[in-house]
Amino acid sequence: MEFPDDLKYSREHEWVLVEGDIATIGISAFAEDQLGDVVFVELPAPGDTVSKDDAMGVVESVKAVSDVYAPISGKVTEVNDDLPDNTELVNDDPYGDGWMVKVEISDPAELDDLMDSEEYQRFVAEADG
Amino acid sequence: MALKRTPLYENHRRAGARLVEFAGWEMPVQYEGILAEHAMVRERAGVFDVSHMGQVEVRGAGAIERLQWVTANDVASLADGGAQYSLLLTADGGIVDDVIVYRLSAERLLVCVNAANREADVAFLREHLSGVDIDDRSDELALLAVQGPLATSLLAPLTSVEIAAVPSFCFVEAEVAGRSTLAARTGYTGEDGWELYCAADDAPAIWDAMLEAGAAVGVGPAGLGARDTLRLEAALPLYGHEIDLETAPFEARLGWVVKLDKGEFLAREALLRRREQGATRRLIGIEVVKGGVPRQGYPLLAGGRRVGELTSGTRSPTLGKGIALGYVEPQSARVGVDLGVEIRGREVPAKVVSLPFYRRPGRSEK
Repeated sequence: MEFPDDLKYSREHEWVLVEGDIATIGISAFAEDQLGDVVFVELPAPGDTVSKDDAMGVVESVKAVSDVYAPISGKVTEVNDDLPDNTELVNDDPYGDGWMVKVEISDPAELDDLMDSEEYQRFVAEADG
Repeated sequence: MALKRTPLYENHRRAGARLVEFAGWEMPVQYEGILAEHAMVRERAGVFDVSHMGQVEVRGAGAIERLQWVTANDVASLADGGAQYSLLLTADGGIVDDVIVYRLSAERLLVCVNAANREADVAFLREHLSGVDIDDRSDELALLAVQGPLATSLLAPLTSVEIAAVPSFCFVEAEVAGRSTLAARTGYTGEDGWELYCAADDAPAIWDAMLEAGAAVGVGPAGLGARDTLRLEAALPLYGHEIDLETAPFEARLGWVVKLDKGEFLAREALLRRREQGATRRLIGIEVVKGGVPRQGYPLLAGGRRVGELTSGTRSPTLGKGIALGYVEPQSARVGVDLGVEIRGREVPAKVVSLPFYRRPGRSEK
């Protein structure tokens, strides 16, 4: 299971890629593996404002329903329109084509609450215990 | 309490299964993934370990008449080597369990029961059947299933007797991979297939032989996750979801199982009365095209009013849309009626459709 070094991770298993003031967000390989085959994805709309730690979307696998939480606050600038009709992308390529939303970061200080790859791997190892 | 493990537990670990608790057992929910395993069974075949299921043998002179007393279907209509779907019914007409009855001989009937109900079933049988042995053989027996269009051609070369001509809901005693089994043409997936009852110690050899033969034709193990989506597409009820002690067979679309003319039996008066009164709810199937996956417990709505609740639901891998079973008021139960299902506080359109959701190609309507 991979946890790319250039990403930051939340305790709710979202990943964040920061490029300037834009954050791209998806769910981690651990999250998609735990869920199993994803069959439904619901995302916020461009222009929506999301708040750190609030539910901003839903992923459903065959067996489970899971909220997707905003790992940071900001305004949604773009969503992955391919995802609702190609939900398998979340499993096949969680850090690539399975990305979910791009958010204009409103408070960069919130990024400090996220884990780096190494910290997240330790967090997951404990959660999976 | 420690979870129970089937004789194939180590095989599942080696195959990379994800093991979960189910009815007190540690069972494989998936190997490669539920969707892949589901498609494998529909297109080719899959091999299942369902050894958590219980088996109770009713044995002795008068076994048929005794079992007749507590079941819905007509045990007397079975010949040796015949099997039937049936229900264990209380005096109130409630469903204790749904079972398959196999007639080994006039004095030996094997009843395959749900894992979660095993102890209740044995107690129920002991309470209501006298003069026959009620032998819980669940621990000594394993149960494997091979299901799908390739199931018979996969199994035949491993089997000591000709199986291709065995009709649906019949069984033969056969050696599979040199081990004794009761090979029954039954299943829980909506496909052709077999369920193999064998001694627990023999299960790994049979399992390995089927998977070895299957590897060449794209057949592998399938877990309980796929078993659930397969049975739901086939609209086969699951105890604890569609049926329970409070459910009458008629409202659960199981009227065909009840043979009121078979003679006196425990539930007969109650069933006649309940039929007279008419059902207050009916089991229906719905389709949901968008807005989320319909699931157990979600409310069913008509004109914004709650008219029922879902008992099982999933996104159908074969049909590519949401499907669910649930109970509604009889006036909302007609095929074609537009209903709503409440998903996370939002009403999503749903339509009542005919059942089953999926019928295997070439199989005519009942």
